[in-house]
Amino acid sequence: MKEASPAKAYALHLGVIALLFALSFVLPEYHHGLLARIMVLAVFAMGYNMLFGYVGLLSLGHAMFFSAGLYGAGLAVIHLGWSVPAAFAAGLACGALLALVIGVLALRTSGVAFMIVTMMFAQVFYLIILYFAAWTGGDQGLVVPQSARVLVLGDTSLGLTNPTVRYMSALVLFSIVLLVALVIVRSRYGRVLVAIRENEERTKMLGYDTFSNKLAAVVVSGTICAASGAAYALLFGYVGSTFASVQYSILPLLWVLLGGAATTLGPLIGTLFMYYVVDITSGYTSAYLLIVGIALILLVLFFPRGILGTIRQRWLGWLP
Amino acid sequence: MTDKNGFFDLSKTGLTRRTALKGLAAGAGLAVAPGFVRYSQAQSSAPIKIGFQSHRTGIGAAYGRWYERTTAAAVKAINEAGGINGRPVEVIIEDDGTDPGRGAEVVGKFATQHKTDIVYGTLFSHVVIGSAPAAGEAKMPYFVVSEGHHVASTKLNRYVFQPGITDVKSQIQAMAPWIAANAGKKVTQIFPDFAFGYDHRDYLPPALKAQGAEVIAQIAIPPTESSFTKYFPQIPAETEVIYHVMVGPAVLTFVKELGEFYGSNRPQLFGFIDSLEATDINSPGLEFLDGSHFWEGSPRYAQPDDSAAQKAYRAAVGIDDNGAAVGDPKDVSTAAHMFGCWETLYVVKKAMEDAGYKGPEDRAKLVEATEALTEFAEGPEHPQGPKTFNGKIHQCFGIQNISKVEGGRLNVVHKTKIEDGLYEPEGDYTTQPL
Repeated sequence: MKEASPAKAYALHLGVIALLFALSFVLPEYHHGLLARIMVLAVFAMGYNMLFGYVGLLSLGHAMFFSAGLYGAGLAVIHLGWSVPAAFAAGLACGALLALVIGVLALRTSGVAFMIVTMMFAQVFYLIILYFAAWTGGDQGLVVPQSARVLVLGDTSLGLTNPTVRYMSALVLFSIVLLVALVIVRSRYGRVLVAIRENEERTKMLGYDTFSNKLAAVVVSGTICAASGAAYALLFGYVGSTFASVQYSILPLLWVLLGGAATTLGPLIGTLFMYYVVDITSGYTSAYLLIVGIALILLVLFFPRGILGTIRQRWLGWLP
Repeated sequence: MTDKNGFFDLSKTGLTRRTALKGLAAGAGLAVAPGFVRYSQAQSSAPIKIGFQSHRTGIGAAYGRWYERTTAAAVKAINEAGGINGRPVEVIIEDDGTDPGRGAEVVGKFATQHKTDIVYGTLFSHVVIGSAPAAGEAKMPYFVVSEGHHVASTKLNRYVFQPGITDVKSQIQAMAPWIAANAGKKVTQIFPDFAFGYDHRDYLPPALKAQGAEVIAQIAIPPTESSFTKYFPQIPAETEVIYHVMVGPAVLTFVKELGEFYGSNRPQLFGFIDSLEATDINSPGLEFLDGSHFWEGSPRYAQPDDSAAQKAYRAAVGIDDNGAAVGDPKDVSTAAHMFGCWETLYVVKKAMEDAGYKGPEDRAKLVEATEALTEFAEGPEHPQGPKTFNGKIHQCFGIQNISKVEGGRLNVVHKTKIEDGLYEPEGDYTTQPL
């Protein structure tokens, strides 16, 4: 596998960001709104990819990190009246703390046991949300008031309900996370993570503390997912337990597998692909779930490493 | 980054893993896809376009089916009578998968792609709450048929209305006088341990207390529970009435096990028909309910004193005297709730006509015209009964039915008054900007 020159890799990623920026001015209203949502959820997928793609740890519980950010930010606004930046920071802190605790416990296992343990922790988190319904709104969830979703920057107030502000906010978050992910995977630390994925015993023999590195990866992954959840609460105004259910743990796995695990842009491609395949096919038939299923099977058959993963394997070996 | 050993190359990992991943991908697709929305053909601008946020898939599918049938019947009747402001009504349906995240996307799609005049028809509370912000931001009037207390709580926004069905707080409050006077003074509640159950948990005790009765025990059952026998010893021996609101597929097991626990010597039973909507009351295992009482919004079975409007409504929607689809006795309706679709559409018609509604630019006028409504007389447009409407909390209030299970059918034994379900408003939407 060829190594990308830094300029080439950064140019590609900045180009994608520029493209997304340009799309804001040309997309029809519906697709404009949908892409804002996709970018926020692609951040969730990027967080998942950090652990699954680069460390090879398959978690079935990442909905809890997304929800930690969602509730951390949402409840800070609803119950404490915090400002948007403070609430976003609260969401990040909740995700990071939760990831640290879960990481310390779950990393005592690996493989299938890791999947089961993360899934169980996520289920506990989900049930805690239901249990404290007086605060969380239980399964019905809570609305983050529109009046509180205003970003004050100096003398300027930006309503996050404004479609353009929302799109640009989503783009800023997406861009930051994308570039951070690129820096991480190109760094020495990123290489250690890949080494752990490929052969953990050998990495240990080389003198690396694999537990600490994996724990750091869990925290980074959880924090990125929490950033996505916090942004979701603040941009779209709803926090609900559905986002903590197992369905939302499987979704990022699916998006990453589709787009290409261990590729920096794969999560965006996968999320985009999944959203639009369903949206388009459902316009033609009520049996659109069948078409979606077949499309997914074909993809796995012919693009076994996901869309970008296969492109990298066959044509563009330098893709990060 | 390198991927030397083909860690993610599914083609190198053998049949088992590939098959597993295919299954996972397909399964996950099926799990998540219900919420994804579908395109609809572009519409001309002439008709009034109503975006129907339907639960076609997910846990609300049984309700969604009957909500669609009722909506189609109401729209047909409205169009045959000249439409709204002389324009035909067209309904555009999008499946929300009974998912709040998807619900918000569907509202956005109605607003920005279909460009509907209003959004309507949502039932499940979490979908309503999840979608309400999107409706408020798009300044899209959003008429729900949910019976949740969320609208009346004034925690949503000025664009959300529930004018066609009463809310659960009102329903519970209206039941209390009859329970205290006819069933018993010492009540044990059994309810599912999530929001639907919490409404009953929170609103029933004060309502009963006001009638000189009391809740002596509250038993919350986790929604994942499939066997209930272990909870029954918690029911105090002095219980005179068991008030149950279990929902979901487990309700048949619940009733069967309750019957095995008590035998023939049981306390009075009172429940909400939500437990058994779209379920045949004569299903095996439900025999134990014979002689018990249920709340019904609108009666499932035809009653001897049904009004001409009620009869016409039932015929239009296509339900027989047993509340099942005409021609398919096994397809039992959600009669207690779906009338709300019919009545909501007539409220929309009235408000649009009052507002002189011409198009999306008049949405604010439509909101104000709806808020100005105060009463809906019983008749073809409101076959369930008369209602009052509180424009400050965007919620209607109406009569409720208490029915007894007798001879394999539900017979209405008491109708409450509108006043029984009134409560102090918790806020005022009209103070919010449009």
